[in-house]
Amino acid sequence: MTLHVRVNGTARDINAGPEVRLIDVLRDQLGLTGTKEGCSVGVCGACSVLVDGEVMSACLLPAVLVDGMDVTTIEGVAAERLEEAFITEGGFQCGICTPGQIVSAVALLMAHPRPSDAEISDWMTGNLCRCTGYRGIERAIKKAVGE
Amino acid sequence: MSAEYHEPRAWDEAVATLQEHGDDALVLAGGTAYTLLLRQGLIRPGHVIGLRRLPGAARIDADAHGGVSIGAMATHTQALRSEAVREHWPELGAALAKVATIRIRNQATVGGSVAHADPASDAPVMLCALGAQAVVVSGSERRRAPVDELFVDTFTTSLAPHELIHSVEIPGRTPWTRAAYLKYTLRSVDDYATVSVAVRAEITDGVVEQLRVFLGGVGATPMRATSTERALRGRRVEPRALGDAAALARNDVDPADDVRGSAAYKREMTRVFTERALRSVLA
Repeated sequence: MTLHVRVNGTARDINAGPEVRLIDVLRDQLGLTGTKEGCSVGVCGACSVLVDGEVMSACLLPAVLVDGMDVTTIEGVAAERLEEAFITEGGFQCGICTPGQIVSAVALLMAHPRPSDAEISDWMTGNLCRCTGYRGIERAIKKAVGE
Repeated sequence: MSAEYHEPRAWDEAVATLQEHGDDALVLAGGTAYTLLLRQGLIRPGHVIGLRRLPGAARIDADAHGGVSIGAMATHTQALRSEAVREHWPELGAALAKVATIRIRNQATVGGSVAHADPASDAPVMLCALGAQAVVVSGSERRRAPVDELFVDTFTTSLAPHELIHSVEIPGRTPWTRAAYLKYTLRSVDDYATVSVAVRAEITDGVVEQLRVFLGGVGATPMRATSTERALRGRRVEPRALGDAAALARNDVDPADDVRGSAAYKREMTRVFTERALRSVLA
């Protein structure tokens, strides 16, 4: 069936049945390979994307459920300050988790422009970093909002 | 071959589609459990019925008595952010906030969590303790069933194959109502519970008038701590009696050995967390 989805601001027609996941559409059909597939079970956060502004795991999301909705991937978030801060604060190490971390941080900052430590922890829980750069990621988020 | 996807715009149409395709049909709510089961090859439906366009499916509101109705398709996030839940049942909001990560809470629905009947899920345990009723539809029929009576086994409910959960209704509270949800995870906060405890109590003049205690992760369904309830109901609140009452819950559960702990350990944690939950509402 044909799905109508706005991906990073562009209207796209996508052909997908109910067994196709959003991550397969993004990576295989649209060539948006910035979204990474890590655990495939919704735990690691590498595939974080925004659906109508809410962060979700593209590996757990049937594509049919985003028909008519706005999807934003790492390629579509305008997050230069965050990205810069991830680099200078050591939040960016091997890089595999980084797109998901940035997308989750963008979602956090949309909801809480000046997040508390507890809000950072709540929103970023489940974006795993195997380099364990968690403190650097926290610092990067705080730096990006000018703290 | 690809399954056929249906997205009915009316409840009776959804039920009719479900009836038409019988065992070959699967209901899709938020899609978290669906995707996992599909990827593991445990389900292979010929027809998938998405409920997200059903009218009022995600509606959340409160009645004049502080009872709260949550549409089955409301996500955990929608429910916990809603004015009705925040005003009348913040303890339920706190329980929903303990589900996995924000990504899951943004996708997984309250009704889906009940229908999926994973005994370690958070929402069902709390709904059981709060005395919630499920509004169940089939065609033009509508019935109410206590949520705790829906769970018959792991991933198994008493719903008929052509029935859909429309919403869950949490009865209102009095000034003497107390509730709490505690969740103990062994490895990380976003994990399933090793054990979770949900309590609702009505206390008047120091006497426990009513008490409901349910446990998650320690049996095939949310498990009711009937022995604990019986030891305390109708009695004066004696802080020293809470430990003994909590210890009785060990025999009300039936945990299994798994990565979240041995059965013996889960029994012991059942005692510990039941006592803590009781203290937080009764002491």
